[in-house]
Amino acid sequence: MQITYIFLQQYWWFIISLLGALLVFLLFVQGGQGMLREIGRSDVERNMLVNSLGRKWEFTFTTLVTFGGAFFASFPLFYSTSFGGAFYVWMLILLVFVIQAVAYEFRRKPDNFLGEKTYDAFLMVNGVAGPLLLGIAVGTFFTGANFAVDRINITAVGGHTAISQWTTPWRGLEAVADWRNVALGLSVLFLSRVLACQYFMNNIDDDTIFGRSRRRMGLYSVLFLVCFLPFLAALFLSDGVAADPSGVMYYEPYKYWHNLVQMPVVAVVMAAGVLAVLTGMITGYFRSSRKAIWWSGIGTVLTVLSLLLLAGWNGTAYYPSNADLQSSLTIYNSSSSEFTLQVMSIVSLLIPFVVAYIWYAWRSINRKRITRREIENDGEHQY
Amino acid sequence: MQSISELMQVVDWSRAQFAMTAIYHWIFVPLTLGLGFIVAIMETFYYKTGDAFWKRTTKFWMRLFGINFAIGVATGIILEFEFGTNWSNYSYFVGDIFGAPLAIEGIMAFFLESTFIAVMFFGWNKVSKGFHLTATWLTAIGANLSALWILVANGWMQYPVGMQFNPETARNEMVSFFDVLFSPVAMNKFFHTVSSGYVLAAVFVVGVSAWFLLRRRENQMALRSIKIASVFGMASILLCVFTGDGSGVWVSRTQPMKLAAMEAHYDGSEGAPLVAVGILKPEAERTSNEDAFYFKIEIPKLLSIMSAHDVDAYVAGINDLVYGNPERGILSASEKMERGRVAIDELARYREAMENGDSETMQAIARKFDPQTDEGKEFLSEYFAYFGYGYLQSPEDIVPNVPLTFYAFRVMVGIGCLFILLFAVVLWTGYRKSLERTRWLQYVMLWAIPFAYIASMAGWVVAEVGRQPWTIQDLLPTVAAVSRIDATSVMVTFFIFALLFTALLIAEIKIMTKQISIGPKNE
Repeated sequence: MQITYIFLQQYWWFIISLLGALLVFLLFVQGGQGMLREIGRSDVERNMLVNSLGRKWEFTFTTLVTFGGAFFASFPLFYSTSFGGAFYVWMLILLVFVIQAVAYEFRRKPDNFLGEKTYDAFLMVNGVAGPLLLGIAVGTFFTGANFAVDRINITAVGGHTAISQWTTPWRGLEAVADWRNVALGLSVLFLSRVLACQYFMNNIDDDTIFGRSRRRMGLYSVLFLVCFLPFLAALFLSDGVAADPSGVMYYEPYKYWHNLVQMPVVAVVMAAGVLAVLTGMITGYFRSSRKAIWWSGIGTVLTVLSLLLLAGWNGTAYYPSNADLQSSLTIYNSSSSEFTLQVMSIVSLLIPFVVAYIWYAWRSINRKRITRREIENDGEHQY
Repeated sequence: MQSISELMQVVDWSRAQFAMTAIYHWIFVPLTLGLGFIVAIMETFYYKTGDAFWKRTTKFWMRLFGINFAIGVATGIILEFEFGTNWSNYSYFVGDIFGAPLAIEGIMAFFLESTFIAVMFFGWNKVSKGFHLTATWLTAIGANLSALWILVANGWMQYPVGMQFNPETARNEMVSFFDVLFSPVAMNKFFHTVSSGYVLAAVFVVGVSAWFLLRRRENQMALRSIKIASVFGMASILLCVFTGDGSGVWVSRTQPMKLAAMEAHYDGSEGAPLVAVGILKPEAERTSNEDAFYFKIEIPKLLSIMSAHDVDAYVAGINDLVYGNPERGILSASEKMERGRVAIDELARYREAMENGDSETMQAIARKFDPQTDEGKEFLSEYFAYFGYGYLQSPEDIVPNVPLTFYAFRVMVGIGCLFILLFAVVLWTGYRKSLERTRWLQYVMLWAIPFAYIASMAGWVVAEVGRQPWTIQDLLPTVAAVSRIDATSVMVTFFIFALLFTALLIAEIKIMTKQISIGPKNE
């Protein structure tokens, strides 16, 4: 098979989508942080939760950083347009992740200046705002954002040379005005909590926490479905921005529905994903299955992957501009050069190897579940 | 439309924000780079001997490593995204080249670090001794690999190679990955930077151990830690000196203005002396080598040796670079500005032709940007090479802050030299087995810690302040790299992060000192 530029652009959109999908799954860490006080009613219980999550938080964080880096490398025009434009949104997201990064290590150390309650509050703020904001930001991949791109600006000597401009003073915060973005944000938030409950059920050996997690999972499963299903319905009913072969953008009614029909493999992946998420919720709640996290986890990855593929493949603009239609970004007009994508593709061959060692290390640490005794004894490194 | 003064405010606040985050990040990173290896060496002793002493020692230093690591991660994420938020034009103009090392850093290095650090901290009773040791080494290697990729990216900004400008996309595109990766500037920068981190970590371990000796606690742990750290530190500082020498040569070739500013060297000369110590006059009074200093002590010929390894080499001065020196074939900045504007105008003409569907004009201009044609070779080396100068307002814009660069360089080198002496004395005293008794040396070791941080930070000041106004040397000044945003937004986020990072720094110092005073724990 000849590896063409178009193939590489699609391949990199797949990698970005996969990283995004893994990130949403790993947001279970945030989901758990947000529920510290709901599920953990005593200090010991909260410490059990924090230590259970604490062995995984870096994966989520690293996936977020890698997602950003890979997006930068493969679609730099998106990076410059969205980050430089939706300034407030991205700065807020950064802020809530900065406070997370120190909270685990610092929270119970003596002389920690801000106090354990503050660090736990950091974890909770990150746990709620992280998934919500990321979900809202990803919503704009479908609903569009307010920007204009003109490369000739870079020749405007003596003036402002930025090729990408944001057209509202709200700098990305205006995304909350579209209910679909909010619905997706809430969906991600509630899903992260469902996954967190399932993770606690799997990772913590304690009946009280198990029971509470199971019940909470039921609640958040319902809330998730209440937010996500309308989003999905609206998505398939709404117009999308499509690009013709010469790169001219136009609105296409039912674009995402057309994408689903025209890419049956993606449709199958999405159906399998949704089914798996539901299976996890049902077996977790009704059968108290410890394995629910695997069903819902894999289901989350498949569902998000297929959603993001719908956003970028099949000649769709993955970042439609609501201000200037022709400025909309597709994977073809915003990607890196063919050579850079080739180099990066060779590097991407390392990904299976990375996944393999993560898997191995994860298993070796998770072999023993967290218990009250372990947390009450201060012998090991603890958060 | 923003006025020029508003635009300059955005540039200044964005620079301030980036500098602030980079400074906070760099407070923590060098210790991670070096302490990772020191801990791994200690654990290797544990693995080989099975002696519980080494496990206890390893776990003590590992605890400090963990506290420091967390805050390094926290301050690092901002830097990556700030390229997009504050420097969006930069991200587009060179994202094709600059993005790749960042992505590779994520895929290759960050996962290695974050996966195995979990094994390192939580795996003591869960995995085999061998696997645990491997995890510790992999964490250290992962941290250093992260440094490799980000420094490759930084090296490329200082010396852009392996790329070609594409008028169709109006950006620079990578044509050789290996030229970017193995650029001599990048390699020198990598080894110089990581070895300086090892030195800092060694000074940290030596200093903290000295504190225990002063308190007459944990003598055995302190003495053995000093031994490992001082050998590691001595080897590292020699590497640091060697790569520093290499940096001097490359700076003189690729960033002569940085070298001139570092030395407050106003008039170019052959066999140039180096000012070992000096006090600069205010900017308005500095016009030549004669009137630049209130007072100076010079070492003859040393600047020529440093910059070209030749006692009689010519070293260009600030005045030569700003006003030109035809005898030496140095173009004036105003000439470069004119040529840069020609290149920018050609790009503008190309974009207009594109809009109008004028393929003839497009092809004609494309040939100028094509290095395969003779016309292209000439245009690229005579005009496009000065593309970034086209954005400047006056020739003097190419001069960075001279006093800051000059003093920072002397602080870095001065403290570095003292550290060679320190490690030599510590090694000698250790060899004589009199470290426990030599109280004055214990105090010196302890108080050396802050100096390691000062020297390390000064090094980055030289590298980054010295290259102003460029984000990419000669191709993109900060004024053309910044996002289109209002200064107030940047200012507000600057203060939010400044406040947060300061609070976290205080927390980290308090936690760290507390953990040191608790000392190693018995199992």
